[in-house]
Amino acid sequence: MNRLSLSQAFIYLLRRDLTLAFRNRAEFANPLLFFILVITLFPLAIGAIPELLARIAPGIIWVAALLAAMLSLDSIFRSDFDDGSLEQLLMSAHPMPLLVLAKVTAHWLVTGLPLLMVSPVLAEMLGMPQEAQGMLMLTILIGTPILSLIGSIGVALTVGLPKGGILLSLLILPLYVPILIFASSAIEGAAGGLDVSAQIYMLLAFLFLAISLSPVAAAAALKMSMS
Amino acid sequence: MSDTALLQINNLTCIRDDRVLFEHLNLSLAAGQMLLVEGHNGCGKTSLLRILTGLKLPDEGEILWQGETIDQLAADYYEQVNYVGHHDGVKRELTCLENLRLVQAMGKPSGVDLDDALEQVNLYRYGDTLMGSLSAGQKRRLALSRLIVTEAKLWIMDEPFTSLDKSSMASFETMFEHHLDQQGLIVMTSHHDVEMVNADIQRLNLSQ
Amino acid sequence: MYLWFHKFGSPPHFYRIAGKWLPWLGGLFILLLVAGLYGGLFLAPTDYQQGESYRIIFIHVPAAWMSLFIYVTMAFCGVVIIVWRMKLAEVVLISSAPIGASFTFLALATGSLWGKPMWGTWWVWDARLTSELILLFLYLGVIGLHSAIEDKRVASRAVAILAIVGVVNIPIIHYSVEWWNSLHQGPTVTKFDKPSIYWSMLIPLLLMALAFQVYYVLALFQSCRVELLRRERNSKWVEDISDD
Repeated sequence: MNRLSLSQAFIYLLRRDLTLAFRNRAEFANPLLFFILVITLFPLAIGAIPELLARIAPGIIWVAALLAAMLSLDSIFRSDFDDGSLEQLLMSAHPMPLLVLAKVTAHWLVTGLPLLMVSPVLAEMLGMPQEAQGMLMLTILIGTPILSLIGSIGVALTVGLPKGGILLSLLILPLYVPILIFASSAIEGAAGGLDVSAQIYMLLAFLFLAISLSPVAAAAALKMSMS
Repeated sequence: MSDTALLQINNLTCIRDDRVLFEHLNLSLAAGQMLLVEGHNGCGKTSLLRILTGLKLPDEGEILWQGETIDQLAADYYEQVNYVGHHDGVKRELTCLENLRLVQAMGKPSGVDLDDALEQVNLYRYGDTLMGSLSAGQKRRLALSRLIVTEAKLWIMDEPFTSLDKSSMASFETMFEHHLDQQGLIVMTSHHDVEMVNADIQRLNLSQ
Repeated sequence: MYLWFHKFGSPPHFYRIAGKWLPWLGGLFILLLVAGLYGGLFLAPTDYQQGESYRIIFIHVPAAWMSLFIYVTMAFCGVVIIVWRMKLAEVVLISSAPIGASFTFLALATGSLWGKPMWGTWWVWDARLTSELILLFLYLGVIGLHSAIEDKRVASRAVAILAIVGVVNIPIIHYSVEWWNSLHQGPTVTKFDKPSIYWSMLIPLLLMALAFQVYYVLALFQSCRVELLRRERNSKWVEDISDD
């Protein structure tokens, strides 16, 4: 019999990872709860001054999203690394970048999408105006996949290391800065009624760049990690 | 026995920390042959096997499969290799059948029915049981069943008999002999005595 | 040509040649440094807007150039490591990282010193300073990742990938930070406006840039020689040297 086609293999691995996430539900709820908790801390720390909170809401939500993404990244490859599934994937008949893309897609569906659904509620709690909330959701929709994709490179580099988590933030947060800048600026602009298509185009450009290049880098890094 | 070597090891050197595990290793393996790698713990058996799988890069030398280096062949090489390492390579949260379906999806499926495969390794009743509930021996048998559900010419196995009882070992040895008869190749290490008298075995001892 | 490349890349050969060059590089560096500093501190005229304190650009700007140049060099080594697994490239990459980080830190420190007399604060969120800060983190990431992986040949592959990913991101980060800065600063003058360039300012600047380049090569050769000895300590050529 012949091996599966590329798209079939992609879908197969995607479904496997979604199944695994579903069976480990509790573990995957953590980043979402972290996201909500971090955002809740700000009014407590700064004071519940409506104008101030509304002004900094885009920044708070996006920083919280970055941190939650970083927290969740470990789950992409950790389990597979520990039980030997990762080396089997590296030795599969399909190109590793494709398999990495499948895993990252699953990761985003499980960690990024929930953020998307929760964000309007949190935005409302921080007093973000309605016009900005729509833009918030759009930036999260485009931005969180980029976080997963770039993050996968960092995890791929550190998955074999005992204290990889600490190093991971050093490796990835600088790379996240452009996304943070354009996303929060888009939301602020929308709140002020300005045209923010430039920011959105930049984010889309980042997304396409990340989709095409980061699986290759992550695959190379995984191969290195398994040495 | 075929004359042409399918697997060729050229001038292979592996250094770990400050120790040279092996250097300038030259070997070839033809269809129907088995390479049994022996030696005390830490002498480089696992390293050699991982270099053969392409998971580890050697310090010097190359591995050729049918005349081309395995780096160049990449996925084409992997389609023809089955690897069973120290880890079982199966997921606790999936059932036996789900794990086997994944193995087939990632490689080149043989025509064997999955339930028959489970039958052959004595796990027929556990088709829908989550892997996490199985014993170590049962997990190992499932790990080895990937050899049945995919078609691969070269089997690379690192201590395949870990956690297995004598009768399981014997039945797997029979499977290995059958694979060699079908012009397959095997590279393996094992602490246990391998009783495959009919097989064409090359022994490599890395302790020297 | 390929043969020369191959020979140059051999560790014992590099060790010998680099050792011979060291005193010349040292001399050249001192010469250029003195010339550049003299030109910058004494010969270049006082700036109309910024007075004497602008003179720190003679260190700040070349340091910033070096911080970028070294990272690009590291990325180039990264490609050589991944494609050819050349040992010398591995050593050059990891030896460059602390030197690059130091230049980045120097750029940040001098930028901060420049800001104090001008604006009264030790730090401003200027586009270039912020970019340099992020670049510092990128360098620390390379150093951290390399030290975290035990097998140094594997570590070299890891930092090679990281350096390549980093170099692709540097223009993106730089552009993003510039954009962010212009958004929040408005159309006013950027905080670290370069004074209008006269020849008498340009020449010391270039001399300092050259001096820092020579310093990089000097420090790199030193560091590489040590690293090569460490990595190849069990090989024959190192034993021969220690027998001398």
